[in-house]
Amino acid sequence: MSIKPLIGQPISRLEGHLKVTGAAKYAGEYNVSDLLYGYVVNSTITKGKIISMNSDEIKKIPGIIEIFTHENRPSLAWFDMQYSDMDAPPGSPFRPLHKPEIKYNGQPIALIVAETFELARYAASLLKAVYKEEKFSTHLQANLSKARKPQPGLATMLKPPPPKEKGNVDLAINAAAFTAKGDFTHGTEHHNPLELFATTTVYEGKGKVTIYDKTQGTINCQLYVGNVFGLHFKDVRVISPYVGGAFGAGLRPQYQLFLSVMAALELKRNVRVTLDRSQMFTFGHRPPTIQKTTFGSDVNGKITSLYHEAIGETSLHEDYTETVVNWAPMLYPSPNSKMEYNLVPLDVFTPIDMRAPGGCTGLHAIESTIDDLAHQAKIDPIKFRLINYADRDESVNRPYSSKELRACFIQGAEKFGWENRNPEPRSMRRGNKLVGYGMATGVWESMILPARAEAILTTEGRLIVKSAVTDIGTGTLTVMSQIAADELGLPLSMVSFEYGDSKMPFAPIQGGSFTVSTVGSAIKVAGEAMRKKLLKIAQRLPNSAFKGAELDNVVFQNGFIRLRLNLSKEISIKDLILANGGKPIKTKNFNVPNLLKLKKHSRAAHSAAFVEVEVDEELGIINVTRAVTAVAAGKIINPKTARSQILGGMVWSISKALREETISDHQFGKYMNQNLGEYHIPVHADIHDLDVIFVEEKDEIVNELGSKGIGEIGLVGMPPAIANAIFNATGKRINEFPIHFDKLL
Amino acid sequence: MNDFDFYKSESIADAVEKISNHTDSRFIAGGTNLIDLLKYNLLRVSSLVDVNSIKNQSVTEKDGLVLLNAFATNAETAYHPIIEQRYPLLSKAILAGASAQIRNMATNGGNLLQRTRCYYFYDANTPCNKREPGSGCSAINGYNRNLAILGTSEHCIAIFPSDMCVALSALNATVCVTGSEGERRIPFSAFHRLPDDTPELDNNLLPNELITSIELPAKGFEKNYSYLKLRDRNSYAFALVSVATAMELENDTIKEIRIALGGVASKPWRVQEAEDFLQEKAPTRENFSLAAEIILQDAKGFEFNTFKIELAKRAIIRNCLMALNPSSQLPGAQPSA
Repeated sequence: MSIKPLIGQPISRLEGHLKVTGAAKYAGEYNVSDLLYGYVVNSTITKGKIISMNSDEIKKIPGIIEIFTHENRPSLAWFDMQYSDMDAPPGSPFRPLHKPEIKYNGQPIALIVAETFELARYAASLLKAVYKEEKFSTHLQANLSKARKPQPGLATMLKPPPPKEKGNVDLAINAAAFTAKGDFTHGTEHHNPLELFATTTVYEGKGKVTIYDKTQGTINCQLYVGNVFGLHFKDVRVISPYVGGAFGAGLRPQYQLFLSVMAALELKRNVRVTLDRSQMFTFGHRPPTIQKTTFGSDVNGKITSLYHEAIGETSLHEDYTETVVNWAPMLYPSPNSKMEYNLVPLDVFTPIDMRAPGGCTGLHAIESTIDDLAHQAKIDPIKFRLINYADRDESVNRPYSSKELRACFIQGAEKFGWENRNPEPRSMRRGNKLVGYGMATGVWESMILPARAEAILTTEGRLIVKSAVTDIGTGTLTVMSQIAADELGLPLSMVSFEYGDSKMPFAPIQGGSFTVSTVGSAIKVAGEAMRKKLLKIAQRLPNSAFKGAELDNVVFQNGFIRLRLNLSKEISIKDLILANGGKPIKTKNFNVPNLLKLKKHSRAAHSAAFVEVEVDEELGIINVTRAVTAVAAGKIINPKTARSQILGGMVWSISKALREETISDHQFGKYMNQNLGEYHIPVHADIHDLDVIFVEEKDEIVNELGSKGIGEIGLVGMPPAIANAIFNATGKRINEFPIHFDKLL
Repeated sequence: MNDFDFYKSESIADAVEKISNHTDSRFIAGGTNLIDLLKYNLLRVSSLVDVNSIKNQSVTEKDGLVLLNAFATNAETAYHPIIEQRYPLLSKAILAGASAQIRNMATNGGNLLQRTRCYYFYDANTPCNKREPGSGCSAINGYNRNLAILGTSEHCIAIFPSDMCVALSALNATVCVTGSEGERRIPFSAFHRLPDDTPELDNNLLPNELITSIELPAKGFEKNYSYLKLRDRNSYAFALVSVATAMELENDTIKEIRIALGGVASKPWRVQEAEDFLQEKAPTRENFSLAAEIILQDAKGFEFNTFKIELAKRAIIRNCLMALNPSSQLPGAQPSA
């Protein structure tokens, strides 16, 4: 009997039913006994100092338990370092209620704790601060002269600085047959996951807390709470099994965690703090970015020069960086290249990674400029990219571990019907509408980090695998269960994946498209250790047919270990457990990726995005009527959840290119559209025909699974493909995102 | 939101009496905007008088006129056979507004009374003359993409965000109200106000007056009509510009036409001169274009919304052409294909 591997099967989310029926509990839904409710008060000024607050007066309202401000907060850890976390950029982390100084608009200045949520919220509306205001700067465009190099730090490991300058771009541009230039503007964006940020802290007594938190890293929050409040790590447990989206906003411990734990420890009570939608605009965001490109090619379309500059926003206290300008030389070999990346520190909260950070910003500029260059050279955009196809990553001079981008072009173009495109702008029509086709390349690095996993084979022969990792809605629970099941050839029903709990073995924060790679590889290592143990037990049995067999000589199928060349020689796992004295069998392993080996190759997922737009010729209204994304991301563990990931990225691409923006008012230094009515993300009527292709890609280097992350790749190539399609439809290149339809009037 | 008393009313007289007996009291029907205002702490009430139970039939015919019950929901009005058949312009306009969920709650009377969606009005920490008279207008030099280009004053450039009211304006509806002093009838054009130096007043309803019904004249323009809504996404977004056209044709000439604009002023915008100009003219792109110039002749843009002037002209032309062939209208009041 052979068992079909679960890896590669389109299995529905294991927790899907719990989620759609409301049975899955989120951080703000744990109704523990004697719960108190905290509501945050935010500063109404952008910069200055709190002179006084009327907290004494508000505290007299019956039902108000306590009001925490910078004046009465407990004394906490002294050093900046202790407020740091796994995702902290270089600098000095923000400390809630630390001092009377106001560093940004919306800074939390008080926590009101009351018997009910409604009372806390009402009291928050009555709490007033008297401020001494100072002049502030929040406008990136108005402060470009302050641009400077970012400070290096630990974060630089995952976010390398721009590659070294090559040749001389100025000379090369002067000699180029075709030149394309662009100025690109991106505004601020906020993650806006559906689930509000919330923390429920259960006070267990004696400096011990159990915390239900909305986060992308249970252990990250555990370490933060332990450090800040001086608790033993073992006394801090952070639980987060279901996360209603986060998109990066949960990569760092947010201030509701701090405030909830602080109040619980001080009051020795259970405390929940839920932030409302507008408060979701008072911490990390995607930073606004200004970019300039100048690309040149020879008469045959061969690129001779690449120049790409980006200036991003950061806060005054931390240097948040993104990888914006590193991608062009990775995709397009050029003898001359120069990339620059600088920051302007402003009076805002520190930005934080938001889905496809840097990549979806930089690739917009790169892929629109490439489209322009191809248009000038009168070469089809796909052909132009094939002329400049990089078989090696020339930015670091290494081969790719695998790169089936060419197959993405071919299969995507065929599915989309690219051959029907007329390259001449304004040449395709449908009634009142101009029709445009556009395409672009996407790329995202395939990273892997160390992680630990534990495997337990129970006396019933069930396999339990444990990791502290969260599932931010991507399908982590399902794919980890698939990976674990295949390790022992078990059906899914015999496997449990336990996760989302800091008590479980170490996993890093969930982001960067590295979770399957990181945690999946750790599970594979734990699985292999388990198979070795089982084989050893089998060999110790009297008259064992397995004596002398290596791990390669046996297979694990449906609860049995069998000799590969003689499948009738089998022992059931249950018998092996009996032979183990009836005790469960456990393994716990730490997987540390072999960086020396990995570093010999560039490892990245690629995509090709194809888009059809209709633009009303008279009114400018834009609709993305069709889109195809072809993805090369190694082995796809679960085609169903993977497809959903890419579809989500495609919807977000429409959002990024056409809809989404946080509106800033620099008179006040604040964000003005802090709600989902005015922060426009696409509605059903904006989404039409979307299609996803996964091309075959074999990769034996990237990790144990041969699988590349797909969390970001769906959002990297399609935004520029939309802009390029609009150019093909209208002859106008609009380089400011989102593209407002009135720009086409 | 503070604590408040809640009264349920079964009749118009009872509701008016209850509200007259309390200070800082408001009527509540669907609550789709009122609850926002309470939650944002822009409005503090001591009591609410619930008028939802007053409703009987949502749409009734009387002597050729049609009455919309003020307490009926937007959804039941839009899908009512009388409205769909005799006043399809109104049906289309209602269905272009908000979302299905909101239309299922929001009432006809409440639709007329919704507040502006100006960002500064909703942010109690910025100056706003509509919210706090005399504090100043942040929008004039602020983010004003979604604000007015017609009828503005130096004190306020807010818009009135309704879609339904743009159609009601084109249909020459009458607003019927009851207050402590008795009943009144207000022509639609006299219901909403321009900001002038009292932007805090959105309309001419007197304190304690309750809208009881909206009367539609017999003429529904069911043969030639169109509603077009241009916005930043295809649904659940307020209009940047919307246009309602109601037209009566005779022998290929325009016998009568009404053109109302939404999203451009603090009230649905009509220009008699333009409608007169089109009378007895051929329904051509050229004539609609000339009318559009007349309608926008006094328009004034601000930093982020000057595009609305050109957009409104083009929208008027397209919508008048769409009215010649109402079947060209698409769901969500999108431009014709």
